[in-house]
Amino acid sequence: MKIALIGNPNSGKSSLFNQLTGLRQKVGNFPGVTVDKKSGQFKLSDNTVCTLIDFPGTYSIHPKSEDERVVLEVFTNPESIDYPDLAIIVADASNLKRSLLLFEQVSDLNIPTVVALNQLDTAQNKRITLNSSRLARILGVPVVEINARERIGIDGLKLAVAEQLKHKKTHQNPSFFSEESEVLADNICEEFSMSNRYVALLQAIHSDKLTFLSPEKIQHLKEKLNGFNSKKFQSDEVISRYADIGETLKEVVIEEAAPPQTFSQKLDDILLHRKWGYLIFTAVLLLMFQAVFTLAEYPMDFIDSSFGAMIEWLKERLPESQLTNLLTDGLLAGISGVVIFIPQIAFLFAFISILEESGYMARVVVLMDKLIRGFGLSGRSVVPLISGIGCAIPAIMAARTIGGWKERLITIMVTPLMSCAARLPIYTILIALVVPNKPVLGFFTTQGFALMGLYLIGFIFALLSSWVMSLLMKSSHRSMFVMELPTYQMPRWRSVLFTIYEKVMAFVWDAGKIIVAISIILWVLASYGPGDSLQKAEEQVIAENVDLPEDKLENKIAAARLQNSYAGMFGKVIEPAIAPLGYDWKIGIALIASFAAREVFVGTISTIYSIGAEAGDKTIKARLRNERKPNGEPVFTVATSMSLLVFYVFAMMCMSTLAVVYRETKSWKWPIIQFVYMTALAYVSAWGVFQLLS
Amino acid sequence: MIAEKIGLARLSNVKCGQSARVESFNDEELSLKLLEMGCLPGVIVTIDQVAPLGCPVCIRFNNNNQLALRKSEADTITVTLV
Repeated sequence: MKIALIGNPNSGKSSLFNQLTGLRQKVGNFPGVTVDKKSGQFKLSDNTVCTLIDFPGTYSIHPKSEDERVVLEVFTNPESIDYPDLAIIVADASNLKRSLLLFEQVSDLNIPTVVALNQLDTAQNKRITLNSSRLARILGVPVVEINARERIGIDGLKLAVAEQLKHKKTHQNPSFFSEESEVLADNICEEFSMSNRYVALLQAIHSDKLTFLSPEKIQHLKEKLNGFNSKKFQSDEVISRYADIGETLKEVVIEEAAPPQTFSQKLDDILLHRKWGYLIFTAVLLLMFQAVFTLAEYPMDFIDSSFGAMIEWLKERLPESQLTNLLTDGLLAGISGVVIFIPQIAFLFAFISILEESGYMARVVVLMDKLIRGFGLSGRSVVPLISGIGCAIPAIMAARTIGGWKERLITIMVTPLMSCAARLPIYTILIALVVPNKPVLGFFTTQGFALMGLYLIGFIFALLSSWVMSLLMKSSHRSMFVMELPTYQMPRWRSVLFTIYEKVMAFVWDAGKIIVAISIILWVLASYGPGDSLQKAEEQVIAENVDLPEDKLENKIAAARLQNSYAGMFGKVIEPAIAPLGYDWKIGIALIASFAAREVFVGTISTIYSIGAEAGDKTIKARLRNERKPNGEPVFTVATSMSLLVFYVFAMMCMSTLAVVYRETKSWKWPIIQFVYMTALAYVSAWGVFQLLS
Repeated sequence: MIAEKIGLARLSNVKCGQSARVESFNDEELSLKLLEMGCLPGVIVTIDQVAPLGCPVCIRFNNNNQLALRKSEADTITVTLV
């Protein structure tokens, strides 16, 4: 049995989904579209298990964005593997009118429905009273009162669903077809042997958006449609449905006059205030950064030292062999590079999800729209841009809510310029190396400001790049802004926790695989060389330095081996290209390795510099500080470090992001352009910074 | 001119805090979106807020529906002041 969960945005659909399925969820894809499909199992009764599919929130079956298209795609195609046996319509009781529009549309598709009446408490606050049994009688389908947050009414809902699956009652709406549309629908039904007029017309007017139709059928449907005003059909449909819904509501809803100004409106007076609005937003962002950096520090230090101790412990116990080295220096070092990110990612996503849950994010969109519109973006781009501080991958997926293709594409193209969590360790380490830590204005520090500066540079260049792209791109698509402002509410902590869990898991597994694989490959490349070159190098060092004490000699040998290994050879090959940026071949190795995923940098640098390092240089920072050029100058000068920082702000170093961009734009053109422009920007600016400072 | 005489205006000209009745839409695509969100002809809308830079505007209707839309979008909605 397949059951669809569908409803308006902000109707509490996701809470209900989580309540019904618990953690038994998986994320997949709807065939033919890029939108994530969340599905999960739930027990309807002792011997029936159903698959629940969560559909993107939508106001109507007529899609306005990529996200909403999936509903039409599945619901008008009985052949689809996701076509539901029943749809649970999550209705917002405080906004019943709008929920019933979707209900009417779905029932006209002949899909049995159950209405889950949610957010009755909000309705009560707005002085709205509902008679749900009367509503059920008028609609002819079960209506169940639930409270998805508090897990009330869930069993009743399951019962109603089980009952509906047995008897399959559907609601009969009054017909809204005009004579013209009726003739057309019948004609299409006959031609393609379809039975449902509404499905026939939906397929015809949205044929371009439906991937399951063959090109011939689309052509055929378009010919049929010739001269038919489908826009007018849609608006007539909506007006006529609302007229019918209005009659229904008269019988079931009692609405007392709302208080003159609700709490939410008073809050808007402050948060959207012409001066306070921006000040508060800036303060919220500052607080977020400061909290993420200071709070995450403790668990990160703990993880760092635990892994260090573990590696030390293993090295003492295990017999000295290549396999032990692979385990400790390769694999474990790689894993610690993944795990150490968890606290920061968790904190970042906690903040972002609180901003979204509370309804504040929508206000930020309103605040920013005019400011960033001039750069070719929409106010809605703010959500992906802010999420980009966490990770570009979910951020780019969040761009689906932007209706206009041009704005959406530009947002996708510039979002990776926002400094994501993976850049943070690189920033932290290099800043600590070259920026003296002096207090500024009491609470803040120069290092904190330097960090903020890097994030700002990323943001400013995201704006500039989108401005350039908007000049270069032509678009016939118009952009629409109209957006619902949800009532402010306390974040649902369960759902915040759930988001954190989801994102951290995704990071650990997706990024983890790459990081671990690269750490191992790197270790192999740094430990072996062509033929007996390593052996020869070692012998030569021994011959040249007969009178050196043992530990110094060992370091020299290790350094010589690295230089002659495969990794060393790679580094040497690209050295001429990166020398103008102030990097040597060792940094070159780290740079190459980070093109798969930038979070590899710190691990790589630490692997490379741990080979041939002075004894006692336990921390990565100390190793970097003591690293010398052959002529005795330090490698990590201010110029080199700054140039490296700038390089990492701009460079496109994340395979997963490129893969997501490909998935979202359905073409390799855009990820390739993105890779080229970002890397070029990185190279040129790093070169500029180095030449300026050295 | 004539429009003003019989009290017709555009939503973009309605001041913050004022209310107006929706008469018609001059933009097919936008109108469908607004209709679906419950903003129908005959509905009374109130301008709740104007964003700090004068755009977008936040409107409220049916007591508790709040929408934000751009000034240019509000310009396509014909209303009568109430």
